[in-house]
Amino acid sequence: MEKTVRETIKNIIKNHLTKKRGKVFGQCLTAVGWVGGTLPELYEKDGMIELSMADVAGGGIVAGSALMKEKPIYVIRYQGFNWYNCPMIVNYAAKSKEIWNIPCPVFVRGIGMEGGIGPVAGSSHHSLYYRMPGVKIVSPMTPIEYKKIYSEFMKDDDVYYVSEHRGSFNNKKEFQNNISNNNDLVIIAISITRFAAIEAKKVLEKEGYKIGLIHILWIKPLKISSKGYKAIKTSKKGALLLDDDYVDGISNSIANKINIKTQKKIETMGLKNKTAGAHKNVDNLPPSVKEIVNKAKRILSEK
Amino acid sequence: MKINKFDIETFKIASLCRNFEIKVFEAIRNKKIKIPVYLSGGQEYISATLSNIIKNNLKIKPLIFAQHRCHSTYLSFGGDKIKLIKELLGIKGGCTNSMGGSASIHSKEINMFGHDGHMGTQVPIGIGACFTSKKPTIIFMGDAAAEEDYVLGALGWASTKKLPILFIVEDNNLSILTEKKIRRNWDMHDVARSFKMKGYNLNDNPKEIFKYKKYFFKEPMLLNINTNRLFWHSGAGIDDPKIFDRFKNEKNKIGKKAKILDEKIKKNIDEIWKKQLEKL
Repeated sequence: MEKTVRETIKNIIKNHLTKKRGKVFGQCLTAVGWVGGTLPELYEKDGMIELSMADVAGGGIVAGSALMKEKPIYVIRYQGFNWYNCPMIVNYAAKSKEIWNIPCPVFVRGIGMEGGIGPVAGSSHHSLYYRMPGVKIVSPMTPIEYKKIYSEFMKDDDVYYVSEHRGSFNNKKEFQNNISNNNDLVIIAISITRFAAIEAKKVLEKEGYKIGLIHILWIKPLKISSKGYKAIKTSKKGALLLDDDYVDGISNSIANKINIKTQKKIETMGLKNKTAGAHKNVDNLPPSVKEIVNKAKRILSEK
Repeated sequence: MKINKFDIETFKIASLCRNFEIKVFEAIRNKKIKIPVYLSGGQEYISATLSNIIKNNLKIKPLIFAQHRCHSTYLSFGGDKIKLIKELLGIKGGCTNSMGGSASIHSKEINMFGHDGHMGTQVPIGIGACFTSKKPTIIFMGDAAAEEDYVLGALGWASTKKLPILFIVEDNNLSILTEKKIRRNWDMHDVARSFKMKGYNLNDNPKEIFKYKKYFFKEPMLLNINTNRLFWHSGAGIDDPKIFDRFKNEKNKIGKKAKILDEKIKKNIDEIWKKQLEKL
């Protein structure tokens, strides 16, 4: 039977603890929800380590564990917590190999979600890691993608920031790029926006447009196939890049990279430049299907 | 005062550190060293005493975590002198391949882990390393680094997990030039005790430090050791020429034997430095 992303993560963690004798660190891991059902019911004796609520120190403790060749998994329940959880991951673990030739690999599970949960717990914050050297950033949204990323990490000796999203946890499907040539527009989607991008493509195609779609799994280093670049290059109106982080985060930076490579205009959509409130009418959500369709139509109508 | 083998051995280590730092001082003044340097002169009796106890007496090779002002830590625990000179001069073959400079010294040979430059991060990182490896670990910090919020949070966790860590606060009373009494009204040994670990406040007299040997690496313990920084926070200068100097004090106590040993060590250090400076 096909497994969901949630079940896949849970199996990987169980295997990491029981077969590989590894460690998983985080705050409130063994509480009621077991981090959205992505953790097996294991405890400290099994390697599931409860950190105290000292956010900054916790990241340092995990970095220290990684120095001892442990390859720990560090669970950050809401990506916004990274503001206090990631300082020693990006300043120490990510730099250790380059400065001292001592690898310090940590698998950071940053979990995104949004909708009525305010400015800290909401959205993805992978941009926080993006500017620092020594970190690889990925955003798996499917079971196979997640398995591949964990397997890459176990063979590698770098810090991985895994930008997860609770919205993907029930997903069982794998996604295909649509990278044929001569599209009207190509949509490039990251994290949870990949789901909306698929729907937006359907709506636009019903209206007669030819739309390409590129799913981004590897944010840093940015991985787009040569066919993908060609699809953008041969498109009429370039591309629209979608992200679940603030639009002034990685999306504009990635758009610039793609623009240089393809000489095509790359527009971006992400979270708006405002703070999310707790209630629906003051929230700050990733681009919806409707918003993507509207922006795509505006781009397509430009002379 | 009765002088024993321990006093002599500790003096030899401290003399190595002091004479090394005097050469660093000169190299900064002569503009041979062009990076920020944090001299440990005046504080060397702490690491000299601890290394003599831990390496020679207890026969333990701990994981070592320190931050800036750590030349004496590195030298006391057996770090390669030439590699440190090269690191400071920016010559190929330095202990941190020119990446760390004075503040981020690293040595695989002595289990000393480099520092990222943010004061106090070595405390949670060292705790994580100890938790995973279960190896005896010594973590040095200054009285200012001890005030970092993440240091305090990490100490609490180390106590909860009963880790075999010796926390050493090298308390020179100064954060650059801001005195402790201006920054806080509490003491680190009290903080340690409130976290339910052993915590003591003492001075850098080697006989004082030796008293606590029996507790080393049995459980977490914090020693707040009062000391004096002879030189500027950074660079080559002297803030207070009248400040108490533990090294001179011990040298006088030991007497003629110390003077002979110090001369011999000085000569050796001078020669090593001369050879490296000629490469510039």
